[in-house]
Amino acid sequence: MVNYPISFSLDSVSVKRRGKSVLGPLSLDFKVDGFTIVLGPNGAGKTTFLKVLHGVERVSYGTVKWSIPDAKARQSQAYVFQSPIMLRRSVRQNLAYPLQLVGMDRAEITTRVVEWAQKIGLQDVLDFPAPRLSGGEQQKLALGRALIRTPQVLFLDEPCANLDGRSTREIEELLKNATQAGTHIIMTTHDLGQARRLAGRVLFFLNGALHEQGNASEFFIAPSTSEARAFLNGDIIE
Amino acid sequence: MNEIWAGIQEAFWLIIILDSDLIEITVRSLKVSFTALVVASALALPFGTWLAIRRFRYRRVTIAALNALMGLPPVVVGLIVYLLLSRSGPFGVLGLLFTPTAMIVAQVIIITPLIASITHQAMRELWSEYHDLLISLNTSKRQRVAALIWDGRRTLMTAALAGFGRAIGEVGAIMIVGGNIDHATRVLTTAIALETGKGDFALALGLGFVLIALTLVVNLAIHALSRTEREGTW
Repeated sequence: MVNYPISFSLDSVSVKRRGKSVLGPLSLDFKVDGFTIVLGPNGAGKTTFLKVLHGVERVSYGTVKWSIPDAKARQSQAYVFQSPIMLRRSVRQNLAYPLQLVGMDRAEITTRVVEWAQKIGLQDVLDFPAPRLSGGEQQKLALGRALIRTPQVLFLDEPCANLDGRSTREIEELLKNATQAGTHIIMTTHDLGQARRLAGRVLFFLNGALHEQGNASEFFIAPSTSEARAFLNGDIIE
Repeated sequence: MNEIWAGIQEAFWLIIILDSDLIEITVRSLKVSFTALVVASALALPFGTWLAIRRFRYRRVTIAALNALMGLPPVVVGLIVYLLLSRSGPFGVLGLLFTPTAMIVAQVIIITPLIASITHQAMRELWSEYHDLLISLNTSKRQRVAALIWDGRRTLMTAALAGFGRAIGEVGAIMIVGGNIDHATRVLTTAIALETGKGDFALALGLGFVLIALTLVVNLAIHALSRTEREGTW
């Protein structure tokens, strides 16, 4: 896959639910390149921001534009939800589904499914019902299903929440391999250690607004706002 | 109590001797009900699923109407179909009245809302589970409906079986539009009604037990074929 940056532009985007603002108004021009981590306390608007970018959340106001046409942008993106959604099918069928949707040849699907099952370590449970896998295995399967179409941009909403250290390490390895293969990642996390390990750039959200952004090394060493500093120190901020 | 015992004996006897009349009306019952089930399922399963995923202005009214139609009185359905298919009716020229086709039409009208309503309930839950994923995968509406029907197939089987149970046990509508004509439109339920009217309770009960056994066999066969229990926790 060709590894080239892709950018998006948000123009006065806001999302309201039941009359309450959960995001924005937010204007941002951003070049997605490598690994971007979205940080912030609960209710800061991180998940909504990801969903708006991916197009699964409707904006109440404003526009979202990608540097490539909308239809192509959607085709070249994938999303892994915080609670993995498993199709009520086998592991093999879960991995095959995104490829079937784009009309890929059956033999090619079989080859790719086996290849990805090995990558995510589920090759021995290919014909096992996906909903019966453990939490860690389900998250790995969700990740494999998202990556099997080699997306340009992958959105991850706290993919390691509630996972043990071993599963977290395995998922981080998969993510590093994906970025090396050319996939750009935008991920939310509450785990500051994980953010430090993975982030190339950081977006820090607070109360539905983008509070700070920058290179990860600069953000973690010398955040420019007191709120970000407090967040990194583990203080409770609202 | 004696009549029930006599009915059980009569049922066994009819089955043991492979009574030709019994086989004929049993086969006709199955043919009519299965055809009605196939037609109704072809209409109701996609419609119920579509209703679960589609948002439109009169959706609530449509769902309420669908639920209300589940309670359609079969006799009224039979009467309406009779009027539509009678010589002076709009479809009289087709000459379908007092044929198995008329009985199928009546049964389709009766069981379609039932299957569609159960489908809608089941698919609504599955859709809330799959919604974000299927939207995220950029699926078309047709692909969403297909995914829901495929993954909810075991629940939909239950919906179809409920429809089959209602169809094969139905008597009011098919009596009106079929006419209970011997060797033409007589089925198990209309035969039971006839024998009861004639006072032959043993034969009527015997046919009743055959009907119950038939429904059980069909349900068990479909559950076995669809491996409902083996993979029931998916």
